[in-house]
Amino acid sequence: MTSTLDQPATIPGRFGPYGGKYIPETLAPAVAALEEAYAAARHDPAFWAELEQLQQSYTGRPTPLTFARRLTEACGGAQIYLKREDLAHTGAHKINNALGQGLLARRMGKTRVIAETGAGQHGVATATVCALLGMQCVVYMGTDDMARQQPNVFRMRLLGAEVRGVASGSRTLKDAINEAMRDWVTNPDSYYLLGSALGPHPYPTMVRDFQSVIGCEAHEQIRAATGRLPDVVIACVGGGSNAIGIFSAFVPETGVALRGVEAGGRGTTLGDHAARFSGGRPGVLQGTYTYILQNDEGQIGLTHSISAGLDYAAVGPEHALLHDQGRATYTSVDDEEALDAFQALARLEGIIPALESAHAVAEAMKLAPAMRPDQLILVNLSGRGDKDIFTVADVLGVKL
Amino acid sequence: MSRIAATFAKLRAEGRTALMPYLMTGYPERDSAIQLAPALEAAGADLFELGVPFSDPLADGATIQRASERALANGTRLEQCIATIAALRERGVNAPIVPMGYYNPFLQYGLDRLARDLAGAGADGLIIPDLPPEEAGACHAACRTHGIDLIFFVAPTTPDDRIAHIATIGSGFIYCVSLTGVTGARRELWSGLPAFLKRVRHHTDLPLVVGFGISSAAHVRDVGAHADGVIVASALINAIDQAPPDEYVARAADFVRGLRA
Repeated sequence: MTSTLDQPATIPGRFGPYGGKYIPETLAPAVAALEEAYAAARHDPAFWAELEQLQQSYTGRPTPLTFARRLTEACGGAQIYLKREDLAHTGAHKINNALGQGLLARRMGKTRVIAETGAGQHGVATATVCALLGMQCVVYMGTDDMARQQPNVFRMRLLGAEVRGVASGSRTLKDAINEAMRDWVTNPDSYYLLGSALGPHPYPTMVRDFQSVIGCEAHEQIRAATGRLPDVVIACVGGGSNAIGIFSAFVPETGVALRGVEAGGRGTTLGDHAARFSGGRPGVLQGTYTYILQNDEGQIGLTHSISAGLDYAAVGPEHALLHDQGRATYTSVDDEEALDAFQALARLEGIIPALESAHAVAEAMKLAPAMRPDQLILVNLSGRGDKDIFTVADVLGVKL
Repeated sequence: MSRIAATFAKLRAEGRTALMPYLMTGYPERDSAIQLAPALEAAGADLFELGVPFSDPLADGATIQRASERALANGTRLEQCIATIAALRERGVNAPIVPMGYYNPFLQYGLDRLARDLAGAGADGLIIPDLPPEEAGACHAACRTHGIDLIFFVAPTTPDDRIAHIATIGSGFIYCVSLTGVTGARRELWSGLPAFLKRVRHHTDLPLVVGFGISSAAHVRDVGAHADGVIVASALINAIDQAPPDEYVARAADFVRGLRA
């Protein structure tokens, strides 16, 4: 994990013009304390040693790199490799961040943890870490998301977390974050375990650091497997934590193209998708300055995606900078393409991906045929799809 | 002297606590604020906080969230909030008017254009709950250019050195958050409030205005012993909600009169 310490410093709190901390005054001291505690932990080898030990013995890291032979053959072009975050404990990359922040919370002497969740993967990861470390856990979740991710709601409750439904606004991730922040304003002694590379500084940097283990491993693994670096790295982008986690190791490798995939949803009208880069513009939401889906008045737009984890109006501020610099390209995949990729990966590789990750797989399936067979695509398979079987069955007209 | 400074100077001389009701533009009906503000001024309001609705008001409790949603559903736009201020001045409302809203709609409108248009309409200040001093530079400059006060917050969690800094950059008044939490009517005030206000007072001569949870005449009296003014928001919205639709202006005026009792 030492490579994490080589990442750019946290101190400025900005990625170019993006980021910052647009928070109510009541939270300013809590956010400052978090910044200070993380800065200290970041340079404490004992902190990373404990995290690394848990990553191995508890999460099951390193997660494997899988060559998708039959998918590659079916596409007839570049070789497709999958970074298997779906095999991490709890079934997604979210555990990487939850474990890191959980240890930080314990180090800060916190006993109560608040979290928000969209698809439920971050909520499950946080509930898991709170069970492991013996902390109280309250998870906020939009009631629409609770309806479409019922298995994860039950899982969180089994793990001892209290799940609080949020019925305001669009009843999805954005509203869950509002409610979690209201809880934090009311209980500034609690630890807010934010699940993506979003929100006020230091979260975007801290979450990136904890997720960078994905990229560090994948960088080594693909070189070991193929003797070279990939031509393109693909990841889905909701808030953007799995994407920034795998991108971070490849940003300095200028020969490697980076491709973030947003949710194209069911159309290009505001409210029908979550493609912030093609449909949004810079603004401030929930503590950070970044690309946001909004109307001409600056009211935050509604979003839609078949996948709850990509269904959010803002994108992590570091992605905003990578976009403006042209270092990463952001594209979108719609509900139908994601659904096709979901089924293709299941049948061709025996892997049921999360609907979020299926967006990245779909993008690989679009790119591969136009590439040469000696070229390499690395896809971050950020999570597994067990949680999505009810949604998919519903769309396919199958009654479970 | 600004209208805000003059108002507090007069109230101080009279030994009175400033009463600052909060009205959400476009709530309960599109043009309600134009009816409500003159009636509330006649009932004893000294200043007004005029809410600008936002889709994601993360510092607000259920009451203001609901009012904000309803105002947006009524088609309320920032232009209309500015026009409302101009209309109130035309109707002879003299009390300082301080719009309050979240940062993004202001940022999209353009900070300099906003401060210019607000000043032109007769507004006196601006309150932005998600804009702490660290991020306020550009907005503060625009407000200074056009002669309106950017109002800063202090909270019970704010340490002394930060209060001192806010006191040096603040103008108009300091918005003292009465509790650690979101807005919303409360039955009782926080027991630590007098000590907190004393701590703030130590750092500044600016008027201290207390908001969040102020709901009754007893609260106004208690807070008035330690501060220069009070903001009453959710409790007033509740009074408007509970009134029959054709009587809410009169009931709101009664409620404000009752706060002086």
